Amino acid sequence: MPEDFLSSYAPPPGRYDEMVDASHEPRPHWRAFLAHLSGLSVETMRQKVEFVHDAIASDGVSYNVYADPKGASRPWELDLLPLILPADEWREISAAVAQRARLLDAILRDLYGEQRLLAEGLLPPALVFGQRAFLWPAIGATRPDQVAMHVYAADLARSPDGRWWILADRTGGPSGAGYALQNRMTISRALSDPFRELPVEPLAPFFSALQDSLYRMSPANGETPLAVLLTPGPYNETYFEHSFLARYLGFPLVEGQDLIVRGDAVYMKTLRGLRRVHAILRRLDGDYCDPVELRADSALGIPGLLHVIRAGNVLVANALGSAVLETGALTGFYPAISRRLFDEDLRIPSIATWWCGEEPALEYAIAHLDELVIKPAYPTIRMEPIFGHTLDAAGRERLVERMRAQPHAYVAQEWVRLSHAPTWGRDTDRPLARAASLRVFAVATPNGYAVLPGGLTRVAPHEGGDVVSMQWGGSSKDTWILSDGPVTRIPLRRPRLGVADVAQSAVDIPSRVGENLFWMGRYAERCEAVARLLRAALLRVVDAEPADRPALAALAWVSDRLEILPERGDERERRKEKRIPPLPSEVDTGWFLAAAVDPSVTGGLVANVMRLHACSNHVRERMSTDNWHVFHRLLRKLPGKDASLGAALEALDEVMLACVSLAGFAMDDMTRDESWQFLPLGRRLERLAHLARVAACVLELPPTERNASLEWLLEAANSIVTFRARYRRAPELLPVLHLVVLDESNPHAVAFQLRDLAVSLVRVGAELGSPGHGTEGHYFAFGEELGALIAKLRTLPLAGFEPESGDALEEACKNLAGLLDQAERIAFRISDELHRRYFTHAGMPAPVGIDPK
Amino acid sequence: MTTTLPPPEPKHPSSSTRTYYVVHETSYTYEHPVGVSRQIVHLAPRPLPWQTCRSHTLHVTPQPEILAEREDAFGNPISSLYIESEHSSLVVRSSFWVDVRARDYPADDATPPWEEVRARLAYRAGRPPQPEDLEAARFLFESSRVRNKRELAAWTGACFSPGAPLLVGVRALMNRIREEFTFDPKATTVSTPVMEVFERRRGVCQDFAHLMLSCLRSIGLAARYVSGYILTHPPPGRPRLIGADASHAWVSVYCPGYGWVDADPTNGVFPSLEHVTLGWGRDYDDVIPLRGVLLGGGEHELEIAVTVVPIEEYESVFGTPPPVP
Repeated sequence: MPEDFLSSYAPPPGRYDEMVDASHEPRPHWRAFLAHLSGLSVETMRQKVEFVHDAIASDGVSYNVYADPKGASRPWELDLLPLILPADEWREISAAVAQRARLLDAILRDLYGEQRLLAEGLLPPALVFGQRAFLWPAIGATRPDQVAMHVYAADLARSPDGRWWILADRTGGPSGAGYALQNRMTISRALSDPFRELPVEPLAPFFSALQDSLYRMSPANGETPLAVLLTPGPYNETYFEHSFLARYLGFPLVEGQDLIVRGDAVYMKTLRGLRRVHAILRRLDGDYCDPVELRADSALGIPGLLHVIRAGNVLVANALGSAVLETGALTGFYPAISRRLFDEDLRIPSIATWWCGEEPALEYAIAHLDELVIKPAYPTIRMEPIFGHTLDAAGRERLVERMRAQPHAYVAQEWVRLSHAPTWGRDTDRPLARAASLRVFAVATPNGYAVLPGGLTRVAPHEGGDVVSMQWGGSSKDTWILSDGPVTRIPLRRPRLGVADVAQSAVDIPSRVGENLFWMGRYAERCEAVARLLRAALLRVVDAEPADRPALAALAWVSDRLEILPERGDERERRKEKRIPPLPSEVDTGWFLAAAVDPSVTGGLVANVMRLHACSNHVRERMSTDNWHVFHRLLRKLPGKDASLGAALEALDEVMLACVSLAGFAMDDMTRDESWQFLPLGRRLERLAHLARVAACVLELPPTERNASLEWLLEAANSIVTFRARYRRAPELLPVLHLVVLDESNPHAVAFQLRDLAVSLVRVGAELGSPGHGTEGHYFAFGEELGALIAKLRTLPLAGFEPESGDALEEACKNLAGLLDQAERIAFRISDELHRRYFTHAGMPAPVGIDPK
Repeated sequence: MTTTLPPPEPKHPSSSTRTYYVVHETSYTYEHPVGVSRQIVHLAPRPLPWQTCRSHTLHVTPQPEILAEREDAFGNPISSLYIESEHSSLVVRSSFWVDVRARDYPADDATPPWEEVRARLAYRAGRPPQPEDLEAARFLFESSRVRNKRELAAWTGACFSPGAPLLVGVRALMNRIREEFTFDPKATTVSTPVMEVFERRRGVCQDFAHLMLSCLRSIGLAARYVSGYILTHPPPGRPRLIGADASHAWVSVYCPGYGWVDADPTNGVFPSLEHVTLGWGRDYDDVIPLRGVLLGGGEHELEIAVTVVPIEEYESVFGTPPPVP
């Protein structure tokens, strides 16, 4: 097929083609690859394209298009055919990228240190002081002998004469190396024969170098260094890459809230306590990293991080503020700086760039618009490049007007007619020529910059297009650098199931996971409890029996105490002051309906389901598809704001069903690692608090309402069936209280929750320890308290609850309500303590140089 | 934390020096307990040729685990504090004695034409700038609360006629803001954008400072935001009250050959003996008196009490003689 392949390939005139020369002969470094393709039929090529497609889908490689909170992610686009470059050409590129990395690192150190380059007039102050990306608080934060730019990427392009140019510098925290690695894993399998037989340079050493140099440059002081990868979170456009790289490098993937600064050091919050972090590979924009000194509105950062950097206790790669060099406006000043600092000319020049903030440059740009591409001067401005030659007269005028209004915001770049490379057309079954650009990566090592032999090649989506960007719909390619010496094959996938990996993963579960599971448990239980209570009320509303009036009044009163009903009148004040409401003389049944269907009722059903949804979203990867499906069904079945009574009742049944099956999944379907136990713990605590409160409220009611409440209490406590089976008669106070409060065998009784909690807390303490406090201590206090409460319930004199016991009855009710109050309070205290100890780690002394292993 | 210089000498107000005692107390009361709190404090007076701090005390309750002093990127003295013990209120009380001397401002007419100043600040490739010009360039561009707008440049143009000496223009602009804008604490909040202040013609000292900075930078002049205090004058016959003062803000303009000239658009004066300087930056965000992040807390109530007292009034305000050894 090579003849077909070549003859059907039609690169546009006037461009350099990566594969064929001017006379349409394959370039020497493509010949061996083309020979391999020769044996393949169109059908085989189709299969290979499908293989690539499937591999991307099954690996879940994705790219989020501008942070759509609904999670719109698009599958990663990868072309079957690699870009191939020969060894001699690569040596030049590699040396040029390393040279440039060293230069930019030196400039960064100077800008955040002595600022000699500004003093010597080698850089215009406007491009430093005038940039938002220049972070003033970072001045002097790191020592001048420390690397500022650990990872660097350059976007390169080739002009029609075959020369390479640097189009852009990525200095903040470049993305793409992970995608390059993922591309290699996929294409080396899809094209395994040519890949095996051609001397393709391996990628793995670059990533080991990255790992190694972060470890070596981090201030570990003899401790085993812990490096983490800091991501802005799942909505970031390259989140897939963050999680992929984190796994590959063996760094825990963390969000800002997973890290905490205590004293002069930064720690990762894990369920086993705080672990000192020595290096942070960041993908979070610098100005978001520390709300104390940088953007105060950042919820993604780590308060106090700059303080730790200044104290020299953590390595942040790249240094905060390094994105200041991403502006193309600066590139025109680099040749002179390179000569001044290193007495070297740049091996590969930047594409000619004019910063319009200088007046002659602005006039030049306007006069030569046809030959130029207009881009934003600062990377913080989102704007698609504008090719001057594509504009009509009106468009031109508009652009010139914009440029004159804010000249400093624009740069004009020479329009490079990008070289083309073959891509395999899925629909056309033949190679298509597309404009290509190459992102090359460098990493700082103790011996200078090491360059990834390969890179992320991106191609334009359409014929004739010169914009190559994944954000604008482009595709990517694997990049094969052919060695002229022997190559060592290094497997890219490390063994996944090593003992160390397993042990490690158990230690490093971020607290956030446990916290979300805990709240998932609490909210699931709360949803179910609220649904049961409202169902009991709404059923009585539907029946409209006059005899139910006292029960409804009691239900309204109890629901108010639980803050389930909408706020009315002076309710807000009352709740704030924790005053007990009077028993309502008249019940508006609309209150119950609103609590069931109106999302604006803070303590109502819908609001709680939404909270449950938010927690579950954060632990989505721990839920099975079925589990998730139940969840979505629940969301779909939520009643509308104007739902009728009947529709609301149906929805309540759905919510209860869904909550029950979620509980089932939790017990039966989720991995029981250290974090899992917080889910049933949350459920247990919520149930204890709720039951204790409801039962206490019923006991506090006047006798008529109290007696009218026994039946709905059984319904709310999900114990009506048990009661009927056991007693076969209408509810009476003593047996109801026994079943709902005292019965240790009833999973819906207060006593059951207390006993189960006592056992669970001992288990949690034993498993996770109590960091900073040794392993004993606190939980035994709770254990004793729980035990004392259980004992009091067991020995509670029951005679007072018998019918006809008169004044003794009121005394007994008051006494038991007091115990239930204690039970509720202990539930909240335990919840607070779990937070402090395992999730927020507040108020816990920071460990000093400990390694919990 | 206390820094001590020789104690202040009580003396009568002279025409060339005044001595002030300043107390700035910030109290937060939190709805829920706070577990961890980290704050940056810009409340110590910056040493200046016309200003000497005799003693400064920063008292924080609860006692912070870490309380460290350093200089920020603009050379202002700052403290950073870190509290790790659970607390439900935070009180930061900064108090100091400071001597302020009269400044010699150049005659407005004697200052260079404003275009000349602008030209000095423009970048020319490969030519090393004068160090003072480079320093000034820090305050030449937009910052988070200062805008460079053609609209503002046009408005400012009325004050800076061609060839006008710099300070003639600065004074005209300062007076124009004072005349055309209304002081109105209800009109704006701490986050009102400067262009909204410009449109609505009302605001407080901080708004007027940001507006004046925006105007000056929009025509290519370097100007910085100054944070500090001003001596207030109680109504005749009424006593000076503790806690009745407030933070103040004004601007400082780069004037080659002289240095920096302060201008207070809220009061229409070039500050001298009645202004106490804490520090400066590109805008308010660089010198916020107290900023930080805490864990927990929920809603909070905030009270700020500032008292600026000339030494000769100390006894009548506080009831005891000034603490002189």
